[in-house]
Parts: sequence; C-alpha cells; structure tokens
Amino acid sequence: MSLLLTAEDWQTIGLTVKLATTVTFCLFVIGTPIAWWLGRTRSRFKGPVGAVVALPLVLPPSVLGFYLLLAMGPYGFIGHFTNWLGAHSLPFTFWGLVVASVFYSLPFMVQPLQNAFEAIGDKPLEAAATLRASSWDAFFTVALPMALPGFLTGGILTFAHTVGEFGVVLMIGGNLPGETRVASVQIYDHVEAMEYASAHRLSAVMLVFSFVVLLGLYAWRPNPKKA
Amino acid sequence: MPFKFWKHLAIGLSLTVGMSAAHAEKVTVAAAADLKYAMADVVQTFEKAHPNDKIEVIYGSSGKFFTQIQQGAPYDLFYSADIQYPRDLEKAGQAGGKVAPYAFGRIVLWSPVMDASKMTLESLTNPEIKHIAIANPKHAPYGKRAEEALKAVNVWDKVEPKLVYGENISHTAQLVDSGNAQVGILALSLVLTPQMQSKGKYWLIPDNLHDPLEQGYVLTKRGENNAAAKAFAAYMSSPEARAVMTRYGFVLPSSAK
Repeated sequence: MSLLLTAEDWQTIGLTVKLATTVTFCLFVIGTPIAWWLGRTRSRFKGPVGAVVALPLVLPPSVLGFYLLLAMGPYGFIGHFTNWLGAHSLPFTFWGLVVASVFYSLPFMVQPLQNAFEAIGDKPLEAAATLRASSWDAFFTVALPMALPGFLTGGILTFAHTVGEFGVVLMIGGNLPGETRVASVQIYDHVEAMEYASAHRLSAVMLVFSFVVLLGLYAWRPNPKKA
Repeated sequence: MPFKFWKHLAIGLSLTVGMSAAHAEKVTVAAAADLKYAMADVVQTFEKAHPNDKIEVIYGSSGKFFTQIQQGAPYDLFYSADIQYPRDLEKAGQAGGKVAPYAFGRIVLWSPVMDASKMTLESLTNPEIKHIAIANPKHAPYGKRAEEALKAVNVWDKVEPKLVYGENISHTAQLVDSGNAQVGILALSLVLTPQMQSKGKYWLIPDNLHDPLEQGYVLTKRGENNAAAKAFAAYMSSPEARAVMTRYGFVLPSSAK
C-alpha cells in the first residue's frame, strides 16, 4: 500500500519524523533545565532570558536561516566550533537541521514546561524538603510527575512545529535526499516543478497528520482552563 | 451640510486619483532572479527618462511566477529565465502580447576560496571540494543547464554526491558566497555584479555543453492595457538597456527589436 506516494515522498516523510523525534528528544534535555530555572527564579535575568527563548516565535524563519547559514559556515562561530571538534560542518547535514530546529522550536518546549513548573508552586517542594528529599530527589519524584501534562504538551508542540518547518530548512539544508529534504521542501519542489498531483497527495498527508496531532492535543486537554 | 461636504470630498478624491492614474502609471514586473542587478540598472535609467512611471520589480524563480500568474497574480510583465514559461502562458491564453526572447544566460564556475578561473568542470572531482552548489535542476533553469553540462563532460556520477541544491540561482549564490559550498555553478550575470566580482573568480562554462538558456518575456493579460508596461518592454530592447544587459554578461538575441 503506497497511498500513491512515491518512494521519494515516503523518504521525505520518514526523514521529517526522524528530525522531529530527534529535536523533541534534544529539547526535553535542553528545555527542562531552562524552563525549571525560568519557572523558579527571582533573578533579574528572568525577563531577558525569557525574551530570548521566545524570540523564534517572532523572528521570521528567513532571519534565523540567514544567521544560521553564516554562523554554521566555515567563517561563523558555530563553524569554528565544529571545526575545532573535528566534526563536519553543519549546513547541508541532518545534524545541522537538528541544531537549527532546536533553536527554532525552543519556545514551544520551554513555555509549556515553565507554566507547568510555575503551577506547582513552592508548597509541594517544601513538603518534600521537610521529608528530607534532596533537591534532585524532589525534582524527579515530585516536580516531574506533577509537570507531566506540561511535558506532553511541550513534546507534542515541539514535534508538530518541527514537522511544520520550512524556511530555515530550505535556507541551510541544500535539499539533499535522505539528509535534508524533508516533506515540506518536497512539497515546495513539487509545486515549483508544477507537479500538482504529487503536491496534492503529499500535502493531504501533511494536512491529515497535523489535524490528528492537534485533535489529540485538544481532546486530551478537554478543559484548558484547568491545565 | 455634512453630506454635501463628504460628497464633494469623494468627488474631489476620485478626480485626483483618476487624474494621477492618467498621468503616472505603475508597472509591476516579475523577473527571474538572475536579472536582479541588470534589471535594477535598466529600471533606474527608464524611470529617469519617464519620471511619471513607476516600475516595481519582484525577483524570484520563474516557475513560481508562472504559477502565480496563472492564478491571477498582479504582474504586468513577466521576464522569465526560461522562455518556455511565457510560451506556456501564451498557449493557455493568458498572455497579453507576443512572447519574445530578450537574452541568453550563461553559466559559470565560481568560487570565493579557490581560483575558479583556472578550473574546469573536471576539476570538480577534486576530493578537496566537499560541496558544490547548483540550482535545483528539478525546476530552476540554471540548475537544469548545470546538470546538462556536468553530464556532457561525464563527471555527473562522481560529482553528484557533493551537490547541494539552491532554491533559485541567487540562493545558490548565497550558499557559495557564505563559504558553505566551496564552488558553485552560477549565472554569469550574478558573478559580474560588484558585490560578487570582488570576492571570487569565475570560469565560463562553454555553451556547447548545455542547451541554450533562452530567456523570454511576455506582457500579461493584466498588463495588456498598461501603456507604461509596453513602454518599458520596448525600452528593454533599446540600445541603452541592451548595453546594460551585455555588461552583466547576457548574450542578446540579434533579432530583438
């Protein structure tokens, strides 16, 4: 059953899912401490850090793509760093897309987590402390389970947002099959080449997928006021 | 009283608008990305000679413009990088005039880190070169010609794993200019611009290695009655405009009037 999609189309879908999964995992690791700090701190840097995290919500993908193209290139600071590590340069690679998407989807992970951590408040953690739980212990046995809905929301939003990426990927990806040619870019190419039938089929898959993801998210949270 | 005032204002405004429309006309041109600099120069001199007309140029990929015009995009003139697109518009009955060639494009090897003037297409197999940028051959005319040239000298199979694809020819130039790809196959018209000329050298790819990059234009249905659009199209084949186009490396059709 090919659903009338070509092998190339399926490859782009597979790559999209792989990218979104990798990015979601990376952002669980990176986003949690940032969200925890933002949710608990009274530091005067809370505002500026929160604003930086939220930047990708406002910045056009072209700005992010442009900066990343220069920063990751051989003359950019990320490029110098990967060079120093002896690694390949990042543009035109899957891992380059991962790095770009981690920046691009950061607020979609951090903000739900931060809300969840803030909603817990001080009391449960103070209670855990009086029971002599270490702060790590309290984090893993009290805060994490209580913030689980936040993790689910953050995970789904990050995954979905990465699937929906286009501009940044187009600018730094180099459109390589199996490496950087994700479904959104493939659809763009179909349209540009006037292969409307192929564009329709792949677009329909994306449409159904996006709807199902969002339906799952909203059905799972029947009362948003409570969350 | 207030009614009368508004009525007079409305009449006055419509008169002003109507009159200014009669004197000054605005032309929106959809132009292929390889024309970016040459066209800007031509527009500048045209507007000097026709101070009442305003030419607005939007640059992008020809395939996208073709699709947009079919969907009723507000362009009066379409300067395509591939004459096929205007011809297809004409066939679909969406042209407001005759399709005519206005230039032939040339492709070059260009690099900011190596001396491309001493290279040939065969040099691209050099293992020192990790990434080569070309425009996407699936829909960009310059990419198609690059692929043909690489196949003509039998290096395509060796070079293909190193290729990265730009969305259109100016995006391809950015991939090389930013140092992310060491070499690119670009439009001569782009590497002759002051911005790029100072940064690297080029090698002209012989045009017998690929089909001609015949570029054509057409007046759209929307531009059919726009006198300024017609004037601009005529100006594009004037000696002044042709001199600019030649300066940017375009070969001009001798038959163009």
